[in-house]
Amino acid sequence: MTAEPFTPDRARDAVRTALLGIVPDAELDDVRPDENLRQALELDSMDFLAFVRRLADATGKEIDEDDYPRLETLDSCVGFLTTGN
Amino acid sequence: MPSLGADMDEGTVLEWLVAPGDVVHKGDVVAVVDTSKAAVEVECFDSGTIERLIVPVGETVPVGTPLAVIGDGRLRAGPAPEPVAEPAPVPELPRPPKVLASPPVRTYAKQAGVDLASVHGTGRGGAITRADVARALPPPHGEPEPPPAVKVSPYARRLARERHVDPATLPGPVVHARDVPATARGPVPEQPERDRGGGMREAIASLMSRSTKEIPHYYLSTTIDLHTALEWLREHNRGVSVHRRVVPAALLLKATAVAAAEVPALNGHWIEGCFHPSGTVRLGVAVSLRGGGLLVPSLEDPGASALDELMRTLTGVVTRARSGRLRSSELEPATLTVTNLGDLGVESVQGVIYPPQVALVGFGAISKRPWAVGDLLGVRPLVTATLAADHRANDGATGARFLGTLDRLLQRPEELR
Repeated sequence: MTAEPFTPDRARDAVRTALLGIVPDAELDDVRPDENLRQALELDSMDFLAFVRRLADATGKEIDEDDYPRLETLDSCVGFLTTGN
Repeated sequence: MPSLGADMDEGTVLEWLVAPGDVVHKGDVVAVVDTSKAAVEVECFDSGTIERLIVPVGETVPVGTPLAVIGDGRLRAGPAPEPVAEPAPVPELPRPPKVLASPPVRTYAKQAGVDLASVHGTGRGGAITRADVARALPPPHGEPEPPPAVKVSPYARRLARERHVDPATLPGPVVHARDVPATARGPVPEQPERDRGGGMREAIASLMSRSTKEIPHYYLSTTIDLHTALEWLREHNRGVSVHRRVVPAALLLKATAVAAAEVPALNGHWIEGCFHPSGTVRLGVAVSLRGGGLLVPSLEDPGASALDELMRTLTGVVTRARSGRLRSSELEPATLTVTNLGDLGVESVQGVIYPPQVALVGFGAISKRPWAVGDLLGVRPLVTATLAADHRANDGATGARFLGTLDRLLQRPEELR
C-alpha cells in the first residue's frame, strides 16, 4: 500500500491509539515527546512488536525492522509516519 | 470446575460462552471462570452437545463440581436437529488462509447474520471467538446501539474492585485507571471479596517462600553470543509482514525447550523426596503484568513446534495473560520455567524455582558488548543466560551441560526453525 504522508496530527493520533491498544491505562500526556517509549511505558519486545503491528495496520505504512529505531519516541514516530515512503 | 492451579479450591463462573443445544468440541472455550488469581477461559475436555448448564453465572463452586452436561445430542427432546450443514463456502480472503472458528461460534454467527469472513479473529491462531462475532454485529436499526463490551484495563479493574465500583458502570469503551472514581462507595459486599491483586500476591508469596525454604538452589550463568542467531532472525523477518515477525525471545524459548529435552535431569518435578523426570517439556513462561504481579502460563512442548507457530502461540498467551483471560490448558503444570526479564533491560536474573520444578532458566537483556572473536576483539550482541537449579535433584555438572547445550543450539538458529 502506498500511503500518502500523514499530517502530524493524524500521525500523532495513530501512534497514541496504537499505544493505548497495548497499554490501555497509559498516561500518554505524561510521556515527553522525546522520551523513549519502550522505557516510559515498560514495553517488552512482544509489546513493541504489537505496537508496530497496530501502527502498520492503522496507517497502511510498511514498517521494516530497520525502521524500528525511528519509532523510539512519540516525536520520532510522528516524523517517521509523516515522511513518504 | 477444573483445577486451574495447585492452590485453587473453588471457582466462580463468570460467563457461559455456550448454551444448551450448542455443539462443542474438545478444546473449545466454553466458559470463563474466576479464580483468586485470574479469569480463565475453560476449554472443553470432550466433544458433544451441551444439554444443560448446571452452575449458573455468578455461582462459586468447589473444584470438581460438574459445570454442565455434555451429551451426544440424541437425548434432546423436540424436533431432530437440522442436519449439520456443510461448512459454508467461505470466500477466499487474501490474508488469513482460512477462517478459524469453533462450531458454536459458527452457529452463533449464522444466527446473528454475521459473515465470519468479515470478522477479525483474536483467538488462538487467529481463531474467531464469540466476542469477535459480537463485536461485528451491526447495531440494530432504530434501537439505541448496545453499549460496546467495556474494556477495562487490569489496573483499573483492580482499583475498581478495591473501591467497590462495578467497572461495567463506568464510561467505556475503554476504562482506564483514572476513570475509576476515587471515593466511590458501592454496596459493600457482605464478605469482602479478596481482591485479585491481593490473591495473586498471596499465591506468589506462599510459593516463593516454600521454594526458598525447601529448595537448596545453586546458580550458574553463561554469556552467549547471539550474533549468528540475530542475523538469522533478521533475515527471517526481512520482507515478511509485521504479523509474521519473530522476536528473539521466541528463539530463546525454543532453544530452552530443546535443551531441556536433551538434558532431561532438569525437566520434571521433585515430589516426596525424589525427582520425577517428565516425558515431555511443558515450558512455563513468566509474564509480568502491568500494575504488578506475574502469571506463569505454560506452553506445551515449544521445542516441537515450528518457530512461527511458537511465536503465534506466545503472542496469544502473553496477550491473554495480560488481559487476565488465560485458557485452562495454559495453566497446566510446567516442567521447567523461563523468565525473560532481560526484555525490561536487566543484565541477568538469578531466579527462584517454582516448586515442584527443579530448575528455572533466566535470560538477561540482549546487548552489544565487547567480545573476543577469534584473536580479535569484536562487538557482539550478547545475552547472559542463567540457571537456578535444585541441588537435591541434580548437580552443577548437569546445569553446566544444560547451559552449554543452550549455547550450542543458539549458534545454529536454522535448526531451531
